[in-house]
Amino acid sequence: MSGWEVVIGLEIHAQLATKSKIFSGSATAYGAPPNTQADLIDLAYPGVLPVLNVEAVRMAVKFGLAIGAAVAQRSVFARKNYFYPDLPKGYQISQYELPVVARGSLKVMLDDGTVKTVGITRAHLEEDAGKSLHEGLANATGIDLNRAGTPLLEIVSEPDMRSAKEAVAYMKKIHTLVRYLEICDGNMQEGSFRCDANVSVRPKGREKFGTRAEIKNLNSFRFVEKAIQYEVARQIELIESGGTVVQETRLYDSDKDETRSMRSKEEANDYRYFPDPDLLPLEITPSFIEDVRATLPELPDDKAGRFARVFALSAYDAGVLCASRELGAYFESVVAGLRAAAGAHALSGTHASHAKLAANWVMGELSSALNRDNVDIKDSRVSAPQLTGLLLRIVDETISGKIAKEVFEAMWSEGKPADAIIEANGLRQITDSGAIEAVIDAVIAANPKQLADYRAGKDKLFGFFVGQVMKATSGKANPAQLNELLKTKLDGAEHA
Amino acid sequence: MSLTRQDVEKIAHLARLSITEQEMPVYVTSLSSIVNFVDELSQAQVGGVLPMAHPLDGQHQRLRPDVVSERDRHEKYQQNAPAVASGLYVVPRVIE
Amino acid sequence: MLHNLNIGELADRLGKRQISSVELTRHFLGRIERLNPALNAFITLTATQALQDAASADRRLKMGERGPLLGIPLIHKDILCTEGVRTSCGSRMLDNFVAPYDATVVARLKVAGTVMLGKSNMDEFAMGSSNETSYYGPVKNPWNTAKVPGGSSGGSAAATAARLAPFATGTDTGGSIRQPAALTGVTGLKPTYGRVSRFGLVAFASSLDQAGVFARSAADAAAVLQVMAGFDPKDSTSVDAPVPDYSAALGASLKGLKIGLLREFFDGLEARNAALIHDALKIYRSLGAETLEVSLPHLPLSVPTYYVVAPAECSSNLSRFDGVRYGYRCDHPKDLADLYTRSRGEGFGAEVKRRIMTGTYVLSAGYFDAYYLKAQKVRRLITDDFRAAFEQVDLVISPTTPTPAFDIGAKMHDPVTMYLNDIYTIGANLAGLPGVSLPCGFVDELPMGLQLVGPHFSESRLLNAAHQFQQATDWHRHAPRGYE
Repeated sequence: MSGWEVVIGLEIHAQLATKSKIFSGSATAYGAPPNTQADLIDLAYPGVLPVLNVEAVRMAVKFGLAIGAAVAQRSVFARKNYFYPDLPKGYQISQYELPVVARGSLKVMLDDGTVKTVGITRAHLEEDAGKSLHEGLANATGIDLNRAGTPLLEIVSEPDMRSAKEAVAYMKKIHTLVRYLEICDGNMQEGSFRCDANVSVRPKGREKFGTRAEIKNLNSFRFVEKAIQYEVARQIELIESGGTVVQETRLYDSDKDETRSMRSKEEANDYRYFPDPDLLPLEITPSFIEDVRATLPELPDDKAGRFARVFALSAYDAGVLCASRELGAYFESVVAGLRAAAGAHALSGTHASHAKLAANWVMGELSSALNRDNVDIKDSRVSAPQLTGLLLRIVDETISGKIAKEVFEAMWSEGKPADAIIEANGLRQITDSGAIEAVIDAVIAANPKQLADYRAGKDKLFGFFVGQVMKATSGKANPAQLNELLKTKLDGAEHA
Repeated sequence: MSLTRQDVEKIAHLARLSITEQEMPVYVTSLSSIVNFVDELSQAQVGGVLPMAHPLDGQHQRLRPDVVSERDRHEKYQQNAPAVASGLYVVPRVIE
Repeated sequence: MLHNLNIGELADRLGKRQISSVELTRHFLGRIERLNPALNAFITLTATQALQDAASADRRLKMGERGPLLGIPLIHKDILCTEGVRTSCGSRMLDNFVAPYDATVVARLKVAGTVMLGKSNMDEFAMGSSNETSYYGPVKNPWNTAKVPGGSSGGSAAATAARLAPFATGTDTGGSIRQPAALTGVTGLKPTYGRVSRFGLVAFASSLDQAGVFARSAADAAAVLQVMAGFDPKDSTSVDAPVPDYSAALGASLKGLKIGLLREFFDGLEARNAALIHDALKIYRSLGAETLEVSLPHLPLSVPTYYVVAPAECSSNLSRFDGVRYGYRCDHPKDLADLYTRSRGEGFGAEVKRRIMTGTYVLSAGYFDAYYLKAQKVRRLITDDFRAAFEQVDLVISPTTPTPAFDIGAKMHDPVTMYLNDIYTIGANLAGLPGVSLPCGFVDELPMGLQLVGPHFSESRLLNAAHQFQQATDWHRHAPRGYE
């Protein structure tokens, strides 16, 4: 690998979350029975004509503003001509020379915490094709045109990425952004968010790009990473053994973890792009742009920056909490809840540590549970107020942090609030010094050898006594009080 | 400018049109004749003029509201289809 | 005779209940049965539905409803989608295609109470100037059945001239209404691009196509255009501009009207053809118009320009005909490629394939700039020429065709010879301008037409100028022998 530089550009197709299609009034909802959401326009019947959906335009403009790009005052729809059964007109309506969104950029945080700016060449509107289904049809293919005509925003990056990991980080950032903007649901299993990767290699220091191969239709972050890694290795090996890389389209086979050629070079299509005569140039006025700008939410980078500042979180933690708008909102709601309670009850702890507590729990227990059960944050079985309630009981020392984890699991599976579970299971911390002392005394009396060893200098046995007291109290002894009282009793000469 | 047989085969392939062996020379001749004719355009001095894609300059695209206005009519539409199975349009197997 | 009454007169009699729509419809259906076989002007007859629609119109009339087209029979060119009725575009490709919806203009004419007698024969997918490329056989000119009626709307033109209906719809991309109107001695109007909806008009060349009307007078054409015209939200190229009262404008005086004679079209024009136009100009001067010469220097390039732009657009528009969702499918396709190439190769006729291939060629890599892009630039120059001319004159006049109707089969050997028939009409399509052809005399006992072209949305003035000519002459009243 040394001596070689990898160059990657990504073309991301994000399905825009409009209710109706880009050029027809059919519904865009996923999962309908075949061809039940395909009207005469989607079916490319003779005589039909396209009319442009305003919401698709708004969403494209929103994206353009979010990446700091210039929005074209005038853009043109063009026909991309080729034959394929899932393309009913025999051409795709897309944009070619004059896209709606021009050059922008995105800051991407890499694994090592550094920030890289990735250029975005352009973003344009186009229509999606239908689907080909092969199962259950002997020697035939079945075409479902429900998806044909769904609006797509094609986002083309500059060839700025230099590793598979960088490519994935960029793709994740775009994924986060389009969901923040509520222009795409980002559901990769359903095909709402797809990626083509253009991969090439060149000797380090060479300016000229190598020949690139295009890997199409990657629909998970993991596949993008693995496909690129395979492809890079393939190209390097090919060149080093005297071969040349062919410009071609390839598919990634996830079962075999390899890419293979999809179409031979001979099939390289001449798309014969020309402006679509059925559609007039799209004019976007400054006031249209300002109306859209007013609907922009706080963007992920701005939110992460604010979290880091206001809540004294690390840039990394802030980034994780801002991965989705809902997660960020959840977190903020928990912090606000803790603060409000702090105001009312003068609880201990500064705001910074309330935030850290919330951050730890949201990134820790909550995220684990969400991932484990494949649940989205908006469907979380523990709501933000409920988590707030649990964390308050840690802050006010009703329960220990350790017990709180058990309570959380019970809240998650039973859907009950923290207090109900604490009461029902008698999980309150024991904070009565007398009670704790009594247990300590009993434990010390039951373990004279360890007491002697401890007093002889084996400090590590302190943990043993802590464990014994915790066992006797089912983990409910307040740890801080326990430590203080135990130390006094072990060190001091007093016996009951 | 005359077209060769290869030119015509390539164009026919791009346009997905089958041309029989008998028809081929006729198409080569007639297409060459047409291309020769339109080559007259190469004489035209156009200067810096912008191409005209629509006859009515100054019009721009109307935007329609994002409303679902169509309902499922696939049974009616598929009456016209040459081959349908389980609601899908059937074609010979497509190999990727 | 009923079939010689104009639309206004028919509406009057229907309104006075002197005649019913059913009777009127039967009258035309009877004529069609007797006279159409010699002409082959129809692809589909809809007699049963027509009588039902006529009965329905009669009910509306009985209830006191009145309308300029209520109960009036018509014929639709078979390129307009008509719900529940075969819409073939003159092609084997759509021989089995029953349209599931009505074109907007069809729907508007339906609402107005018209009665559709059938779908007229046409050049395949509107590509032709003689109605000889139809899968259903050529249409004959009622003036001389050895001659072509013109195209592509040959069936509508012939049927109107033969008085098989009071009027018919047509479409015009390079002259396909005006040219056959001239060759069959009827009035044919192509509106401004965007005036009439294209939704449901099977696309040939999207930036050139317009639906229009064949009738026996400008007054009739005005009544029909009134119903056809208007903004359609389903057509992005439809213009949202108010529709004037075309009939009200017909009677205006022509005093002060400036008519421009196209210099470029008189070079090499056959003497008898030129004479007819000069006679027409005398009439116009007698009506108070001023005539002067104008020059549109780029106009001679209009035919090569058209034969780049139109095929380019059609090569793309016709890609949807692939044997998958509707239309012709070849037998036993062995694989996908075979399905496409044979369905299309067998479904389309030779002229259509020629134009698809021409279009594919001019859009292809390496040729795009020299052909397509160049043609679109010349198109702008032609449009600018017209704009400059309209600063000096109100309307431009020319013959509609270089010659009268030619023999069936005479021009089929070389496509380019056929293309040159459109030399006078194409410019208006490239520039999106409205044009009307009206009968102005005879050469070799065959009708000839004069063409008036005006600026965008000047249909009122065009129809006015045409109407006043028809008040001062009677060329438009001549009927072919046997069809009076």
